[in-house]
Amino acid sequence: MSVETAVGLAVVWPLLGIPLIALFRRWPNVRETATLLTAGSLFAIVAKVILPAVMVGGRPRLDLVEVLPGLNLAFEVEPLGMLFALVASGLWIVTALYSIGYMRGHHEENQTRFYICFALAISGAVGVAFAANVFTLFVFYEAITLSTYPLVTHHGTEAAKKAGRVYLGILMGTSVGLLLFAMVWTYLVAGTTEFRTGGILAGRVEGWQLIVLLALYAFGTGKAALMPFHRWLPAAMVAPTPVSALLHAVAVVKAGVFTVLKVLVYIFGIDLLASTDASRWLTWAAAFTILAASIIALTKDNLKARLAYSTVSQLSYTVLGGALATSAGVLGGGMHIAMHAMGKITLFFCAGAILVGAHKTEISTMDGLGKKMPFTFGAFLLGSLSVIGLPPMGGSWSKWYLMMGALEAEQMVMMLVLMASSLLSIGYLMPVVGRGFFRDPPADFDHDHNDHGSGLHEAPFLCVLPPVLTGIGCVVLFFYAEDIYQLLMGMVTP
Amino acid sequence: MTGDLLTLVGDDLPALQIAVPLLSAAICLLVRRARAAWAVAMVVAWGSFASACVLLSRVLQSGTISYAEGGWRPPWGIELRIDLLNALVLLVVTFICAIVLTASPRSLDQEVWREHHHKFYALYLLCMTGLAGMTITGDAFNIFVFLEVSSLSSYALIAQGTTRRALTSSMQYLVMGTIGGTFILLGIGLIYMVTGTLNIADMAVQLAAVGPNRTVLVALACIGVGTGIKLAIFPLHIWLPNAYTYAPAIVTAFLAATATKVAYYVLVRFVFSVFGAPLAFGELRLDAVLMPLAIAAMFAGSFVAIFQDDIKRMLAYSSVAQIGYMVLGLSLASVSGLTGGLVHLFNHAIMKSGLFLVMAAVLLRVGSTRLEAFAGLGRRMPITMAAFVVAGLSLIGVPLTVGFVSKWYLVMGAIQGGLWPVAVLILLSSLLALIYIWRVVEVAYFRQPPDDAPEVSEAPASLLVPIWVLAGATVFFGIFTSLSVGLASAAARMLLGVEL
Repeated sequence: MSVETAVGLAVVWPLLGIPLIALFRRWPNVRETATLLTAGSLFAIVAKVILPAVMVGGRPRLDLVEVLPGLNLAFEVEPLGMLFALVASGLWIVTALYSIGYMRGHHEENQTRFYICFALAISGAVGVAFAANVFTLFVFYEAITLSTYPLVTHHGTEAAKKAGRVYLGILMGTSVGLLLFAMVWTYLVAGTTEFRTGGILAGRVEGWQLIVLLALYAFGTGKAALMPFHRWLPAAMVAPTPVSALLHAVAVVKAGVFTVLKVLVYIFGIDLLASTDASRWLTWAAAFTILAASIIALTKDNLKARLAYSTVSQLSYTVLGGALATSAGVLGGGMHIAMHAMGKITLFFCAGAILVGAHKTEISTMDGLGKKMPFTFGAFLLGSLSVIGLPPMGGSWSKWYLMMGALEAEQMVMMLVLMASSLLSIGYLMPVVGRGFFRDPPADFDHDHNDHGSGLHEAPFLCVLPPVLTGIGCVVLFFYAEDIYQLLMGMVTP
Repeated sequence: MTGDLLTLVGDDLPALQIAVPLLSAAICLLVRRARAAWAVAMVVAWGSFASACVLLSRVLQSGTISYAEGGWRPPWGIELRIDLLNALVLLVVTFICAIVLTASPRSLDQEVWREHHHKFYALYLLCMTGLAGMTITGDAFNIFVFLEVSSLSSYALIAQGTTRRALTSSMQYLVMGTIGGTFILLGIGLIYMVTGTLNIADMAVQLAAVGPNRTVLVALACIGVGTGIKLAIFPLHIWLPNAYTYAPAIVTAFLAATATKVAYYVLVRFVFSVFGAPLAFGELRLDAVLMPLAIAAMFAGSFVAIFQDDIKRMLAYSSVAQIGYMVLGLSLASVSGLTGGLVHLFNHAIMKSGLFLVMAAVLLRVGSTRLEAFAGLGRRMPITMAAFVVAGLSLIGVPLTVGFVSKWYLVMGAIQGGLWPVAVLILLSSLLALIYIWRVVEVAYFRQPPDDAPEVSEAPASLLVPIWVLAGATVFFGIFTSLSVGLASAAARMLLGVEL
């Protein structure tokens, strides 16, 4: 199999699992095996066939069809997309395992539709990762929006429908109203929307137009959740937890910041941005989102809502990295996609495990729960440390490079923002762990759960194993940061 | 065999395009049996489509076809003239005629007394005759004649609707349509006064020699208003929502995708081929009139659509908005803009006829197209509703559907013309489509039907296949655009006199 074929295959691979999932809807065990096999083989294709080619500097390209003159549906794998595809497909396996435990433990309905839409969304994410131009990226970006809509509204309740409206309204509204506009504009001035090293806009757009175009891209990518277009993410938390975990901490939101970073690096080009200062305002917008969302997170008692605002804040790290327009900033931003994904998915897995195991959603009710669920809370601790950015966790590296980037760009304020954000994240994450381990459970605790005396009371095995795995993954990433760094270097050095 | 047949009748194809449906309408009346009349109409409609394909390929191969009726040479005799523009329109019209006809029997059984079916098909073929005639004739007066043929038959078709509102709607359309037709006739008369010819190609030559004067200005105004009524340009659209809502579902699917499209063609033909862009836009500032109206239509149509409780009526208002896009493309008077308008003619015909056929299916199974009737249809009529979602997404303009292609060219045309606010308005208005389509999707997929609701089964295959041909086409032509965009942009270049 040539690498080019593998690229196309990786995008459609999740779709191939759908007939199997639909076919075996009456036999849940076989159906879930189909999902697991699809996820596993997708990761194998991405990691074993495509990754080696990209590691040695290759850019496998697959042209499908020219939809309009100069507007191709095409894939080309470059380092950042490679990383995103690895993250999305790798974490899909863990999430598939987790979904089995969660969806059954929580007695969810319409599970077949759930698994099918999940596969569709992953296909969209891989498509975004491998897109060779803004047009192809836009196609799959919208595919993600549409395929995740039924997941957000999964419960079909009035609240879910309302959240679905906010979700679709903001994501479609920004993409059609702003991103599409930016794309047509780019096409008109450059005659193409291809991603090229060094960008395609140098010498074609100048002055205030550059700033407006950048704003259209940055705010048009609603999935990046730059304030004030972040409301959809907390709204999406009505979805089942596996959806929040993989899609609204990894695939969907990362598709957003990935788009912003990719446009900054391959459409504008960091040299153009650095020389014109066109992205300086964006560093401020990102900084505002980082701090404001962190502060809102502090006020949320609902664990998933708190994690959602934490995600909004962390997403802007990547936007900030790109907007700094220095190579260290871009590297840090790219690396943060992987590091934050691993950390945040752990936290969401834990939130779901707590819901399934102890039926609790509010942090204030979780006193002493860590003694009952030590594995879950242990994993939560690991994930928290990574999100905060402490060694020996993967998250420390991306923060390190982002700081370097701020230094290179001589924006000391941004270093302060990053430090403040770390402190804030300690403030909103650590109390969860602290309450769990160090507070005494309320008197009626055991009574509530018909549990006899002390001892463990964990969620089902398949709800606990995935967060433990990804929690360990956060530590492992600390030691493999060098490889990610090497991979991403290809973005800034042609 | 077919090759022989083609050589036998080949040169007379343009005339047969009109003559065969006209005569077959009479045959339908004589047959008197519902299904037999349908069979006759089917053969004629698909035959017309095949002939339109042949004509298109000939135009592509060897340029404009000129056919002198009765051997009288133009500009003295009556000419049938087929170039890239009307070959495209003819293709769309005949295809929609054929595909909607294919879907018609089951739906008509429900809405029209069976004893009247043969008359219905006769009217249908007459209407098709008129539309095809308007499209391919090279004679201005003939446009008026065929306009009346198609209009009169469509009034009768609309009046077939099951409720008595159909009669008043038909009457309303008749009054407005007649006024429109009169304006067109006046306009043609005025041009005839100035140029002394009725042949369209000859008119253009003579008008260029005369130059702009008050008579020409009034002629343009008359034709603008006349076609504006038939085309339902905002605010001349008030006949359309009623006519589309109360006509039988099949008639709505047919007229929504053809009648307004041909009226649009007539406007384009007169503006660009007869008056010419420099005169119409440079001297007479047609764009200053049409562009605000088009934008008003895009917003008013979509906005009113959001508040409709009858989904068939909602789609009718959506048509008003979509016509706004087409007119906007015309008023941009640039290659990109006009390409967008013409390609939207093609695209909107496909998606709207598909959506109205979905209405026919829902009407057949549930008996109503009111919003609450859609509750639970996502589960009970999954294949039909999936088609609604696909065509609906296209209406919104999601990439890889035809709606995206139209919007792309319109936005490009607006930006190229320096009209940034217009580009923004195009995109904003398409978000309104998201709202009105998603209202239906939410009800169909997330609302439980009331407990006393009767059991509903999936629509019959005779409806599902045409519905999915159209829904599939919205995706197919959203990816493989060489036919639609290729023809539309070539036609736009031809009309604007821009070399390739």
